[in-house]
Amino acid sequence: MEAAFYTASVIAIAATILTITRSNAIHALLYLIVSLLAISVVFYTLGAPFVAVLEVIIYAGAIMVLFIFVVMMLNLGQRAAALERRWQTPAIWTGPTILSALLLAEVVYLLVRGAGGETAASVVEPKQVAMVLFSKYLIGVELASMLLLAGMAGAYHLGAQQRRKKEVQHATGADEGRAGAGGDLVHTRTGGSAGAP
Amino acid sequence: MFTLGLAGVLARRNLVFMLMSIEIMLNAAGLAFVAGGARWGEADGQVMFLFILAMAAAEVSVGLALLFRIYHRFKSLDADQVAEMRG
Repeated sequence: MEAAFYTASVIAIAATILTITRSNAIHALLYLIVSLLAISVVFYTLGAPFVAVLEVIIYAGAIMVLFIFVVMMLNLGQRAAALERRWQTPAIWTGPTILSALLLAEVVYLLVRGAGGETAASVVEPKQVAMVLFSKYLIGVELASMLLLAGMAGAYHLGAQQRRKKEVQHATGADEGRAGAGGDLVHTRTGGSAGAP
Repeated sequence: MFTLGLAGVLARRNLVFMLMSIEIMLNAAGLAFVAGGARWGEADGQVMFLFILAMAAAEVSVGLALLFRIYHRFKSLDADQVAEMRG
């Protein structure tokens, strides 16, 4: 278990260094995912299986998918196609693959060895976490929910503003005769009715 | 690891990389919390990590939306350029 912890730590640090030194965003994201998975293994060896699972699901799953979406959307066009062709070379994916393979070997090792053999430190069960979370830190849970709500509203606002501006531009560009306050009103009304149901 | 993330924020000009570095720093803080919780056998560290996770999710969604707006407005992800063109 000690060896697993140290191996995962070294992988995490190496992947993080590679993340911040890459020039291509997608490569950096690949290394960042490897780093997150390594940190997840570290959590597991530290006796926090619940947090390890959450790390994989939320960080390596959801947040990284968001990042990849945005990065992919930002360089659309023929430049992206040229990049895509260059990405097919094996030199690009060998680094993350080697680090991930090391992590996979480690996970297999932990699974084979697993079950009885837990880490030296005490294991904190999910139940224990939940008991503390929903009793002592209840106000924190509420604040986190408010934060998430605010974040969602903010992200939607920023996205919707842009779309509305684009729609108005389209309207004024398409029919110059009806451009002006009337066109905007029509557009906002259609937008509202589309959003209502 | 936290210092690595900090170095990333300071060294890189690309806004995407700055966001990634912020993620790294949040992860490092969470790792410290969980390690502390494991050291003393308390659940508080993991609770704190859950809060960090929620905060990171909110921060990333807003940050990426902002990034998208900035890119569409300035056609660039250079932080210095955005700072100069403010107004």
